[in-house]
Amino acid sequence: MLDYKGRPNRLGIVGWLGGGRWGAERYLYTLHRVTGLGLLAYFLLHIFVTAARRFGQEAWQQSMARVTGPVFTLGEYLVFVAFAFHAINGIRLVLVELGFGVGKPIEPVYPYRTSVDVQRPLAVVVMLVAAVLVVLGGLDFFVLK
Amino acid sequence: MRDQRWWTWHIAAGAIILVFLGLHMVIMHLDAIFRVFNPHPGHPIEWANVVERAKSGFFMVTYIVLLGAALFHGLYGLRTILFELNPGAGLKKTLSLLFVVGGLALFVFGAWAAWASFQFAITQPAAAAAL
Repeated sequence: MLDYKGRPNRLGIVGWLGGGRWGAERYLYTLHRVTGLGLLAYFLLHIFVTAARRFGQEAWQQSMARVTGPVFTLGEYLVFVAFAFHAINGIRLVLVELGFGVGKPIEPVYPYRTSVDVQRPLAVVVMLVAAVLVVLGGLDFFVLK
Repeated sequence: MRDQRWWTWHIAAGAIILVFLGLHMVIMHLDAIFRVFNPHPGHPIEWANVVERAKSGFFMVTYIVLLGAALFHGLYGLRTILFELNPGAGLKKTLSLLFVVGGLALFVFGAWAAWASFQFAITQPAAAAAL
């Protein structure tokens, strides 16, 4: 994160909730952060829970038994959904960061054309891919078991 | 300047995570659709399957790579979010130090777990692992 020279971020977390004039991608930004925090929380616990395999079959099965049940299955599925969104939206963010999918620079002649319209198809495509993963995960979690 | 370089590493770590966490999710959660690296019947977290993966040098190494990349990516992401709330300069320094120390401690523990599980798993007889 760069240090701001101008106006500091006065809205803080509240600024995540309102898309304002930024459009749909702003809500993808919010979701990216929320899912990122969720994945981090899961991951930090996951390090400790799965370390039990070091101590053999019984320790492993005890550790897994502690995180079994319908609530945990639903929670795990939410982690999978968060992963699908964060990973696929992350691909979009890297592409945009590297200058792909944002169109060529044009002369700023009035009426100005917003680059958001150029980026929108990419956002739609990656959300469709994420949706496919969410459905595949749902099948695996709840149907094919 | 340093933060710009760390942001580049954040993106690079994201790419690494995409590959290895993608593989991890396919193994663990799309197992009914794509059955990979689960040689024994039952769930991917069945002990036999867990031992089979822990025995593999590929998994030991990539677990540690994924651990490091995910810790950096996740903790740097959290640090970015916290820093956007404009903490004071002193608090920023303390937070950064906490993230580095905490991240390194988690990495050491997780890497030990991956390495020690590998050492443990290769002593496990294959027959006992079946079922």
